[in-house]
Amino acid sequence: MSQTRFRSSLLMAPALLWLTALMVVPCALVLALAFFRRGIYGGIDYTFTLENFGLVFNPLYAGIFLKSARIAGTATLIAVVVGYAAAYAIAAAPRRWQPVFLFFAVLPFWSNYLIRTYAWIVLLNREGLVTQLLRWFGYTGEPPSMLYTEGAVIAGLVYNYLPFVVLACYAPLSRLNPELAEASRDLGASAMTTFRRVILPLTVPGIAAGAVFVFVLSIGNFVTPALLGGGRFQMIGNLVYDQFLTANDWPFGAALAMALIAIMLLVLMAQALAADRAAGRAAQTTGGGDG
Amino acid sequence: MAERSPATRRTLWLVLTLVFAFLYIPIAVLVALSFNEGGLPTAWSGFSLKWYASLAGNSSILSAGLNTLIVALVSTAIATLLGTLLAIGVEMRRQYGKGLEALIFAPMIIPDIVLAIALLSFFSMINLTMGLHTIILAHVVFNLAFVCSVVRARLKSFDWSIVEASADLGASAITTFRRVTLPVILPAVVAGALLAFTLSVDEFIIAFFTAGAGRASTTLPMQIYAMIRFGITPEINALATIVMAVSITALTLSQRLNRGMIGQ
Repeated sequence: MSQTRFRSSLLMAPALLWLTALMVVPCALVLALAFFRRGIYGGIDYTFTLENFGLVFNPLYAGIFLKSARIAGTATLIAVVVGYAAAYAIAAAPRRWQPVFLFFAVLPFWSNYLIRTYAWIVLLNREGLVTQLLRWFGYTGEPPSMLYTEGAVIAGLVYNYLPFVVLACYAPLSRLNPELAEASRDLGASAMTTFRRVILPLTVPGIAAGAVFVFVLSIGNFVTPALLGGGRFQMIGNLVYDQFLTANDWPFGAALAMALIAIMLLVLMAQALAADRAAGRAAQTTGGGDG
Repeated sequence: MAERSPATRRTLWLVLTLVFAFLYIPIAVLVALSFNEGGLPTAWSGFSLKWYASLAGNSSILSAGLNTLIVALVSTAIATLLGTLLAIGVEMRRQYGKGLEALIFAPMIIPDIVLAIALLSFFSMINLTMGLHTIILAHVVFNLAFVCSVVRARLKSFDWSIVEASADLGASAITTFRRVTLPVILPAVVAGALLAFTLSVDEFIIAFFTAGAGRASTTLPMQIYAMIRFGITPEINALATIVMAVSITALTLSQRLNRGMIGQ
């Protein structure tokens, strides 16, 4: 037994050392940075301060946090509704086609993120495909400005993360016992009631996993706002970027990054809670059905 | 599932069609435009490979491509080795702490921008000159986590008693690994390596922050980002098509080797 433990430790050691040296230590360092002052010439002045965290709550920056949360929230809502519908449709398709549909729904997710975002510049720019299409239908006015708007950023986020929601929602939908829905209908429930009271509660864990994924990746996103929101469009990710690469205020940038991590942890905790409660309800629905 | 009315079935097919159109039209437009002689989205002026030819003559794209290949190959090799050993080490134990689990899981969920600035701060604090080697150090962090999770999934159904049997029959630890464990996990190891390779080829933010000053260590995604910010050019369409073809091929292979990673 102890020999197994020793061997196991030996096997894990190189990877764990790598993760410690190049993830744990650097992240701890950033956390520490957040408690120091910015030096006069952009360096770091090693005197303890909480100012950086105070600055995060400054109306200007708190506003950017709220805006990021609003954009991420909207993208999450749209992605979950569309992704759930798609997953439902895949789960309802003939059995042998399901893996194929699922594979093709997820495939775009594994291609380059920058390129998928760039595709939306091609679609939405003033002389882009959408404008061409409108002209073709007889539209003659000014080209609509769609690129460099909040809507474009949301579209980009939904597009990029939708496949994951489909994947996350498909898992519980495909495992659903069809007899449950039949029983509900036999007992006189309408299709809508069956969906709302039986199917939906049983698939909450998938929805929660998909939603958390989209929200967390969207709120800290830096590429999509930079490319589809235009040069002056800022979400938290862009703010962090600026502190490190242009404003040279690393301590404040570090505090912003910590706030981002804190939000992420909160969301993950909420997900765990939702999954627990759903598991409890599912046990009631399926287990205590004879009451 | 239960029988559905024709109306419901039509609605479900409509949903599928619309979602697939949403997912694939933007990519299809890009690919189509990369073969458009005129290069503009305004009009189709004939099939041409000239934008691919012009890529081949662009030295900064070629050197970025070479850098990307170096980073992806080296980081994948290191990550595959470390990640596989880690997976075996973890699964050998009958129990392990939540802390270990969190440490292995963290690189997959930590926001890119946070890891990027953390590594930038770290490298500059220890006065390490940044370049391709620092990008490799950084890419191994998330790559090994992904390799580990793919291999672990395979090991979940592994019967450890055959390892004991092999040892009882007098095989050395090395022989047991080579003849018993490795053949079982090999498809997962290769699948994990292919996944790591594509992740590394596509990774932009961490590379951007850990590449250091100067253009010498520009990777393909960094080059693409710079080109996109500069404006739309037909070359980007061609480059995008090539990059997508490479990652989709690698991922499809990975999926075939390791059923269940992308699918169920």
